[in-house]
Amino acid sequence: MRYHTPTTFAEAAGIAAAAQGVTRFLAGGTDVLVQMRAGMVLPDDLIDLKKIDGVDRIDPTPEGGWRIGVAVPGIALGAHEALRADWPGVVEGMELVGSTQIQGRATLVGNLCNGSPAADSVPGLVAAGAMAEITGPDGGRVVPVADIPAGPGRTTLQPGEVISALLLPPRGTAGGDAYLRFIPRTEMDIAVVGCAVNLRCDGDTVTEASVVLGAVAPTVVSVPAASAAIIGTALDDTALGTLAEAASAACRPIDDKRGTIAFRTEVAGVLAKRAARIAHARAKGENA
Amino acid sequence: MAKDGLTEFRLIGTRPDRPDGLDKVTGRARYGADFALPGMLFGAVVRSPHAHARIVRIDTSRALALEGVKAVVTRADLPDGLEGEDWDLQENTLAGDRALYDGHAVAAVAATSRLLAEEAARLIEVDYEVLPHVIDVDDAIRPDAPVIRQGAADASVPEGMPPNVVRYMEFGHGDIEAGFAEADIVRERSYRTEAAHQGYIEPHACVGQLGADGAGEMWVCTQGQWYIRRMCAAVLGLETAQLRVTPSEIGGGFGGKTTIFMEPLSLALSRKAGGRPVKIVMSRAEVLRATGPTASASMDVRIGMKKDGTITAARAEFRMQGGAFPGAPVDMALYCAFAPYKLPAVQHIGYDVLANRPKCAAYRAPGSPMGAFAVESLLDEMCRELGIDPVEMRLTNAVREGDRASYGPTFGSIGLVEVLEAAKGHPNMAAPLGPNQGRGIASGYWFNHSGETSVSMAISEDGTAQVSVGTPDIGGSRASIALMVAERLGIPYEDVRVNVVETGALGVNEPTHGSRATFASGKAAVVAAEQAIAEMCRRAAAEWGIDAEAVEWVDGAAQPAGPNAGRFPPMTIAEIAGKMGQTGGPISGHHEGLPEGVGASFGAHVVDVEVDPETGRVTILRYVVVQDAGRAIHPAYVEGQYQGGAVQGIGWALNEEYVYDDRGRLANPAFLDYRVPVASDLPMIDTVIVEVPNPGHPYGVRGVGETGITPPLPAIANAIEDAVGVRLTHLPMSPSKVLAALKGRG
Repeated sequence: MRYHTPTTFAEAAGIAAAAQGVTRFLAGGTDVLVQMRAGMVLPDDLIDLKKIDGVDRIDPTPEGGWRIGVAVPGIALGAHEALRADWPGVVEGMELVGSTQIQGRATLVGNLCNGSPAADSVPGLVAAGAMAEITGPDGGRVVPVADIPAGPGRTTLQPGEVISALLLPPRGTAGGDAYLRFIPRTEMDIAVVGCAVNLRCDGDTVTEASVVLGAVAPTVVSVPAASAAIIGTALDDTALGTLAEAASAACRPIDDKRGTIAFRTEVAGVLAKRAARIAHARAKGENA
Repeated sequence: MAKDGLTEFRLIGTRPDRPDGLDKVTGRARYGADFALPGMLFGAVVRSPHAHARIVRIDTSRALALEGVKAVVTRADLPDGLEGEDWDLQENTLAGDRALYDGHAVAAVAATSRLLAEEAARLIEVDYEVLPHVIDVDDAIRPDAPVIRQGAADASVPEGMPPNVVRYMEFGHGDIEAGFAEADIVRERSYRTEAAHQGYIEPHACVGQLGADGAGEMWVCTQGQWYIRRMCAAVLGLETAQLRVTPSEIGGGFGGKTTIFMEPLSLALSRKAGGRPVKIVMSRAEVLRATGPTASASMDVRIGMKKDGTITAARAEFRMQGGAFPGAPVDMALYCAFAPYKLPAVQHIGYDVLANRPKCAAYRAPGSPMGAFAVESLLDEMCRELGIDPVEMRLTNAVREGDRASYGPTFGSIGLVEVLEAAKGHPNMAAPLGPNQGRGIASGYWFNHSGETSVSMAISEDGTAQVSVGTPDIGGSRASIALMVAERLGIPYEDVRVNVVETGALGVNEPTHGSRATFASGKAAVVAAEQAIAEMCRRAAAEWGIDAEAVEWVDGAAQPAGPNAGRFPPMTIAEIAGKMGQTGGPISGHHEGLPEGVGASFGAHVVDVEVDPETGRVTILRYVVVQDAGRAIHPAYVEGQYQGGAVQGIGWALNEEYVYDDRGRLANPAFLDYRVPVASDLPMIDTVIVEVPNPGHPYGVRGVGETGITPPLPAIANAIEDAVGVRLTHLPMSPSKVLAALKGRG
C-alpha cells in the first residue's frame, strides 16, 4: 500500500487518476480504516487529504452560505454556532454519526462518499440543497450533493475525482430544517429509516419544502410529492397525513437484519411527520 | 451489617473498594491481549465461509512460502481417536472433513507479525463442496433436515427420532391429565427465543507455548484455567500436568469463557514453530461467529389454573439447538421453567437438536431465561384473563422450604416468598403509568453450583494474609473473599490479598461458573483461615505453656479462653506471625473438596415500559431487581450482578439475536448489528437485596450471578401487553416485531 499526502486537491486528483489498483481517499478515516481493519478493503493507494490547506475550515461564502472543508469533523460542525443556527438539521444529522470519539474524526464528505444509503448526514444536505465542489484531473465542477450517491457503496464520482468542499446555500429568512432517524437503540447505531425536512414559512404557512428519506432505497430519496403535501398548509393533521403517505409511497426498501420492508415503509411516514413539525417550529423561530 | 437481626459482622456487608479496582481504572490490569513474550509469533485462523461444506482440499503452500510465516496447522496435525466431548472439542477447534458452521476454523497460521499472519491466512486455499444446511431449530428437527452428523445421538434418544435429535428427556410427577381436568382454564402457547451472545467486551486472547517435549505454558483470558488445561491437553494429546495455564484478568465471560476455542491452536502452532510462543487474539467478528453463543429455542407450554390462581398442572415441551454439537441447555431450561411454583402435576419434554451453528457455550443461567420467557409469559396472560394480581398468583403458588421442586428434589432454605413480598412493597409497583406505558413482573430461578474447589491461604511475616484461589475474579469475588477471610481472622480488609493463581499452584478448580466463586472458594477460604487460626492458637498456647484448647481467637488475636486458662495479654496476629520462623515455621491453611450446601436463588423483576405506537420502539422507564442473595458479602457487587443480569436480559428481550442469511452465514457479526443495550438505552436499574441466609455457607452466601438474566425476557413481554395490549411470543421484541403486532401483522 502506498500512502500519499498531497498538498493540493489538484495533486490529489492527479495521484488518484494515475493509480491503477484500489484507491481510497482518507479524511477522518472512520470508514476507511475500519474497512481496512476488517479486511473488507485493502487499498493499493491511500490518499490522505488532511495536509491540504483549508480542509479543516468552515467559511461563510460571499452569497451568505457556508463552505465546509472535507476534513471538518462532526464535533467542529456541532461547535459552530452560526452554522448550527442556519442549518440545525444538517448539523444534527452529522452529530448522530457514531460516538463522541468518532465525532472527533468523522466528516460530512466521508459520510457522503462512503455511499451508504443509511448515511445520517446526507438527507439533511440534500434537503438543504447543498452542492459538492469537485476537483478532477481535468479541472473542477460543482454538482448537487443529491447527484453524488449512486447506490450502496458507490458514487457518481469519476476516477480521479475528489470532493474538495461542500457548499450550503444561504439560509434566508423564516427557514428551518430537521433530521430524524429511527434506530432500535438510542445511539451508536445505524439508521433503519432517516428523514430530513427543510422548509420555509410565511407566518404559519409553508411556502417551500424539501423532504428527503434515507435507508429506504439504494440511495437517498427526495420526495417531491411529500414536499407538495405540506406546501401551502400550516401542517394540519390532514397535510401531515398526506405527507406521511407520500413518504411511505416513495420507499423502495429491503428486508434485512435492521428492519423489514413493512417497518421501514411505515416508519418513513412517521418520521416525515415528526421531522416536518420540528422544521416548522424552527422556521417560526421556536426552540425545537 | 447483616440484616437478619441476629448476627453482627465487622466487615461482611460493607462496601470497600475492590482490590483490583485501581489497576482497572488506571489501565494497568493485564488482560488476555496484554501479554507478550520475547520471540513471540502471532496466529491467525482460516474460517469456513460456508454453513455446511465438505473440505475437499487445503493448500498451505503459498502461505508457507511467505517470508515470516513459521507454522501452519490443520486437522491433520491433531491426534486421532478422541471420543465424546473431547472429540467435539477437537472438531470445534479445527474442522475435520466438513465445516459445520459459518466461521468454523479450518486452518491456522503463525507468523512474525499479526499483519503477516492475516495475509498468510488469506493465502491458504481451501476448496469446499457446499452441502445443504439448516439453521432454525424447528427446521433442524424435521425428519428430512440436512443431517449434521450421523451417530451423534446418545442413548436417551428413542428409535425413530429425527436425525438431528441428539438428546431426549422426559420427566415430571403427578397425574398431569387429572391436573388439567381440575383446572378452570387451561391455556397453551408456543414461544421462540433466538440465539444470543454473552457479549463480553474482551475478546478471547491467549499466548501459548509448547515444546517438542510436550511441556507447555499458556496465558489466557478464561473463567477456568484448569478447564483450559484439561481441554487443550485432550485436544492435542498432551499430558495434562505438563501444561501450566495462567489466567489473565478477564473482561467479562458470563459462561462463554468456560471452554476452549482457539487456545489449542496457539499451542499446536507453537509446537510446529520450534516452541516459539504464539499469540492469538480474536476479532469481534470471530467472537460472534465462532465462540459459544447460547441456544435458540422453540417451546410449547400448557398450564391449568383455577379461578383463584392455583396452578393445577403444567406441561412444557422445549426444542433447542446449540449448534453443530450436543449441549443445548434444554435440560436446565426445563429444570428451571416451573421451579418457582408448587405443582401437583408437571411434565417436561426436551429435545437437544443439532444445527449448522457454532457450538453453544454456557451463558448466565444457561437455559433458564428461555424457559422463564415461555412460562412466565403464559402465566401473566392467564392472570389477565382471570383478573388476578400477578404477584398474588405467584405468592399463591410459591415454593417454600420442604416443597418438592418441579424438577424433583426437595427445596431447602429458599427465599422466594420473601422476594415476592419485597417486590409487592416496592414503590415502583405504585408508580403512576401514562398512555402507552405498562408494567410487567416475572420470576426467575437458578440453582447455583459448588464444584471442585481448592484454596490455600498463608499468614505473612507481618500478620497480613494471602489467599490463593483458582476461580478467576469476574464480578468482585476477590473483594468478597477478602472480606470473609478478614472477618474470620479479625484483621482489616486491606490486610488480605486474594490472588487468582495458575494451575501449578493448587489442585483442580472448576471455573468461575454457576455463581460459585463467592460460595465455594469463599467457603473453602474460610475453612483455610480457621486452620490458620487453630495453628496460631497453638503457637500462643505453646508460648504461654497452656493447652491449645484453652486459647480462643478474638479480634485478630489469641487470648486465654477464660480466667481458668491463665492470665496473659492477647497475642496479636502480627506478634505470632513475626516470630513464626522460630515457633514452628510457616502458618497456613488449605482446603479442598466439593463444598456442600449450595443455596438456590430466586428473583423477581418489575419493569415499566413505554411503547411508541407509531414505531414499535420499547423504552424501559423503570426497572427493579429483587433477589435473594442469602447474604450480601459486598452489597455493591451483588447489586452489580443484579444490574448486569437485568441488562443482558433486557438486550436479549428487545434487540439481541443471531441473524443468518439464506446461505446460513451470520449476517450480524459486529456490535453495530448485534445490538446489546448501550448506557443511554437504560434507566438506573434499582435493586433490592433480600437476605434469607443460606445455612450451607458460613456467612449465608447463595450465589447471585445468574438468576438476574432470567426474569427480564418475560417481564418485558408482560409489560408490553400491559402497555399496548399485544402479546409477543417471539424474541427479540424488536421495533419491527412490535409494530407488526400493533398493526395486526404479527
